[in-house]
Amino acid sequence: MSLIRSHILVCTGTGCSSSQSPKIIAEFEKQLAAQGMDREAKVVRTGCFGLCALGPIVTIYPEGACYTHVSVEDVEEIVSEHIVKGRIVKRLLNRGGEGEGPATSLTETRFYKHQQRIALRNCGVIDPENIDEYIGADGYSALGRILTERIPPQQVIDTVKASGLRGRGGAGFPTGMKWQFTHDAVSPDGIKYVCCNADEGDPGAFMDRSVLEGDPHAILEAMTIAGYAVGAHQGYIYVRAEYPIAVKRLETAIRQAKEYGLLGENIFESGFDFDLELRLGAGAFVCGEETALMRSIEGHRGEPKTRPPFPANKGLFDRPTLLNNVETYANITWIFNHGPEAFAAIGTEKSKGTKVFALGGKITNTGLVEIPMGTTLRTVVEEIGGGVPGGKKFKAAQTGGPSGGCIPASLIDTPIDYESLGAIGSMMGSGGLIVMDEDNCMVDIAKFFLEFIVDESCGKCSPCRIGTKRLLELLTKITEGNGEPEDLDTIEELCNHIKQSALCGLGQTAPNPVLSTLRHFRDEYEAHVYEKRCPAGVCKALIQYLVDPSKCKGCTRCARGCPTGAISGAVRAPHIINQSKCIKCGACMDHCRFDAIYKQ
Amino acid sequence: MKSLADLQAIREKMQRQMDLRDADGDQIRVVVGMATCGIAAGARPVLTAFLEEIEKRDLKNITVAQTGCIGVCRLEPIVEVYVPGQEKVTYVKMSPDKVPAVVSEHLVNGRVVTDYTIGAAE
Repeated sequence: MSLIRSHILVCTGTGCSSSQSPKIIAEFEKQLAAQGMDREAKVVRTGCFGLCALGPIVTIYPEGACYTHVSVEDVEEIVSEHIVKGRIVKRLLNRGGEGEGPATSLTETRFYKHQQRIALRNCGVIDPENIDEYIGADGYSALGRILTERIPPQQVIDTVKASGLRGRGGAGFPTGMKWQFTHDAVSPDGIKYVCCNADEGDPGAFMDRSVLEGDPHAILEAMTIAGYAVGAHQGYIYVRAEYPIAVKRLETAIRQAKEYGLLGENIFESGFDFDLELRLGAGAFVCGEETALMRSIEGHRGEPKTRPPFPANKGLFDRPTLLNNVETYANITWIFNHGPEAFAAIGTEKSKGTKVFALGGKITNTGLVEIPMGTTLRTVVEEIGGGVPGGKKFKAAQTGGPSGGCIPASLIDTPIDYESLGAIGSMMGSGGLIVMDEDNCMVDIAKFFLEFIVDESCGKCSPCRIGTKRLLELLTKITEGNGEPEDLDTIEELCNHIKQSALCGLGQTAPNPVLSTLRHFRDEYEAHVYEKRCPAGVCKALIQYLVDPSKCKGCTRCARGCPTGAISGAVRAPHIINQSKCIKCGACMDHCRFDAIYKQ
Repeated sequence: MKSLADLQAIREKMQRQMDLRDADGDQIRVVVGMATCGIAAGARPVLTAFLEEIEKRDLKNITVAQTGCIGVCRLEPIVEVYVPGQEKVTYVKMSPDKVPAVVSEHLVNGRVVTDYTIGAAE
């Protein structure tokens, strides 16, 4: 076989897969064969490149040309131009980039310039279903070194401590300490466990999914190292069943690692045994909470338990258990390969390394980004994210999902690290970052997250089961225009009660979206309560659609488009909306060509 | 897999293939002119010969790419060699039997094969 001179990397993450990347791959293979190039170029299926808004993405090396929004019809041209003749197909280069010329390579774009990839180092670079590619990217060398050189477990733990790595699930507990506690804990029969929390449930978050889809072996290797460090021989990955691609790739990775003897008995002839199994979650949000997750692995209903005892002492099957998040594990092998000092050199004094965020909402570059800790929110939103589309104004960013809070535009220069975000009433969270513009009503946002919590509360403790329900009722009352001044005080009081008395992290953090919006956007709440007005024009009960008679030409377009027949008026005469029939769907506004309909 | 050496063997084999994806690396680039003129003059066997020779000698850090018409169609097939930090070298009227010399002399030992360069042809 002669040397392959060109690699065609096609993203097979969930985002690009749903926009036809499997068909694109099939077409590439067909075209390469048809044009006699299949011995010189090969197609590599990779994980997520991060720029999901521009998918499906195809990157061709050695040129590093990054094609965006590729369709099946484009493939023939890419093969005949780029692969056969060496001419880059310029019209397909980074078309979505705003305000910048076509960048040939992804690394040249503003999207990538501020990023530093540690947890995502292999995502979009290697084929996640080929263990050899992971090994080629220095995979399993950290594990190999630790086991063959018989590095004492305490030294392994000290390395993790020295790196300053903190839990990436959101709470930010020092990872090395967690390993130490589990290592020091005494198990009655010597059995300990290592678990991976891949039950990613925050609305809008997909960091863990992308790591599992793009680099599953990194998690396997890190968990094996963790098992060696704490003295465990069995690990479980708890992953949601809603992530079918991640589950399939994990299964493939575990099978391949077992075939190579990198999982199982006597790994690297060191006498150390470690095995891994998958456990699929049924999608309950509370199962991302550590004690509920372990109950679920045990086969029970996913409900949290009181702590202490902490999982490090009495966790899964009542044995000492180490539980880390996917992204936390994704950093481990990098730390061993590059040294803890290199990791600790990135970030801020108390928050080391990088953090992955799933950018979503009102942002141009929806996608996955990894930034050094301490990067400001402004850099993430304006530079990496490409700003708010449509010339709208940035209003707030929501981090930490239903447990987190909103960061208002006035605090856009806040550095992103655990302490700074906590200080302004939000939290790092697992990495969802939802951008909101002037069209978002903050009361409505708080209500949205609370609805999610009410749905997902397991019901075990009353502060969460009843408290969040009452809280939602109060918010609904306000958005429906029935709010009374004392409701705002009641909300605050109830929030603090829930925070202090709920059993687990889900309940304790549930009031955060309400408290933080109340803190930073109290004027919006007050407008709803006192003036019965929704400043963003979102809350249906508080807005009216009206026709401006001076602009209306009487074209009847709105009346024909109205689903409830609420608009009347003669041809070429100003129309009128019957407010009692109007359901405030906004269809008339979309239909009007003369800008004559407005919201009030 | 029993030892670090086994792992190392797989890693080296794979790294040679994956070097290609390091777009801004310090690699030597061999670029073959493959416009209509180049292909008509026999550029494809030249390109294939480069790939085979590099594979045979187990060389790392070299990428083979093609480009369009370089402009001197009468001297096709043309091959340009870019070594980082050095001026590019243009070989003209290439054929598969000239490839091993270019690979062993220029790519491996860093000595330009002046007999085949554009200067010699002119």
